[in-house]
Amino acid sequence: MTGSARTPPLARAILAGDRRALAQTITAIENGDTRVSATLRALYPHAGSAPVIGLTGPLGVGKSSLLSVLIGLLRERGKTVGVVAIDPSSPYTGGSVLGDRIRLERKANDDGVFFRSMASRGEAGGVAASTREVARLLAAAGYDVIFVETVGSGQVDVAIRGIATTSVVVLVPHLGDEVQTLKAGLFEIADVFCVNKADLPGADLAARDLSELVALGAARDGWAPVIVATSTTRPAGIEELWRAIEAHEQFLDQTGLRVAHERARLSAEITDRVKDRVGHEVAERLDHDVELRRLLDRVVARKIDPAGAAEELFRTRYATR
Amino acid sequence: MVRRLKTGPIRVLIAKPGLDGHDRGAKVVARALRDAGMEVIYAGLRQTPEEVVRAALEEDVDLIGLSILSGAHMALFPKILKLLKAQKAGNIPVFAGGIIPDEDARRLKKQGIRAIFGPGTTLQEIVTTAQRLARGPA
Repeated sequence: MTGSARTPPLARAILAGDRRALAQTITAIENGDTRVSATLRALYPHAGSAPVIGLTGPLGVGKSSLLSVLIGLLRERGKTVGVVAIDPSSPYTGGSVLGDRIRLERKANDDGVFFRSMASRGEAGGVAASTREVARLLAAAGYDVIFVETVGSGQVDVAIRGIATTSVVVLVPHLGDEVQTLKAGLFEIADVFCVNKADLPGADLAARDLSELVALGAARDGWAPVIVATSTTRPAGIEELWRAIEAHEQFLDQTGLRVAHERARLSAEITDRVKDRVGHEVAERLDHDVELRRLLDRVVARKIDPAGAAEELFRTRYATR
Repeated sequence: MVRRLKTGPIRVLIAKPGLDGHDRGAKVVARALRDAGMEVIYAGLRQTPEEVVRAALEEDVDLIGLSILSGAHMALFPKILKLLKAQKAGNIPVFAGGIIPDEDARRLKKQGIRAIFGPGTTLQEIVTTAQRLARGPA
């Protein structure tokens, strides 16, 4: 029941489709504002199991344009869509330009789409927890399909796997020779490879390199990544792309892997949250707590090493056994 | 609804309503606001008033900046202000820049545009004004 007297008003507003309440709650999540904790707790059971589709790939490969045509396709089929589009924050000023809305084309006054831009705000791992929370919030608000768009620059940004149920890696022709496809990271996380801008010369070659990669590798959990060629200017291949995503979602259901993956993601999320919390607490205490400052002094004076100090800290403050 | 903690970065929407394609000014301002530590949602060219307001609400911005060089400001700006009020979002400050004659600027300010920047305005002035508008009187 959504009308329970104990459900916070903000949660009730979100369940009732109040877009402003949804937008403001997302801001609160981004800011780590704990006043929405009760709201998020109340909405958690409503988050259900909407597919969360990750779109990742280097800058300029056409992720936002693809997203726009995918949204068009899903709207034609009567599905509602929630989007989180993440762009980097400046490591120097903390500022960012979030430009993923530019490509967004939709019918005026279409309430079936909710599009939110988010800045990565610090380390790649940090964005993961709040993105997961926002994706769940969009699902609880009733959106059928959730998209998370992130820049995946290559070997590091694989955080999307901890968020998405299906990861689409978007590439374009001429990104490099097949040695690039051997590198660990981006090429390993794909459930679906999308070779975008397939109208450009070299698209065949890119798709061939990828199919060799897929043929060589052992299928992970019994799923061999699907390769789709797309173009958003014509547009072409968009239905095939969605079919590949749906096929992976069906595979998750048929094999029971959806539940197993979700369990692993939630386990990682809990671990991340505890890590964050303890990390912040320790950083704070090293500044203010007299005892810990003395410990730090000993490390600075080369009396004990950092690993020894960490061990001592953990043993005295956090170890339960 | 949620009263905002003032700890997060300022979120500002930069949009060009109407049909002119001169977006250099908007991009320069977006860059300056970014360098001042703001999160700039750049909505780009040819936005209808409805799209501007929709983006502002979904992105939950503290501030809206409109750039216009087409001369259609007397039609588009009041419409945006009206739509914001209709969505109970009349409290989001709106500033503007572009080619806007003084007489029009006076009338637009009376209608609720909080600041209007013409040619020759320094980026520092825009940044300072944006910060003041977003955070309100201290």
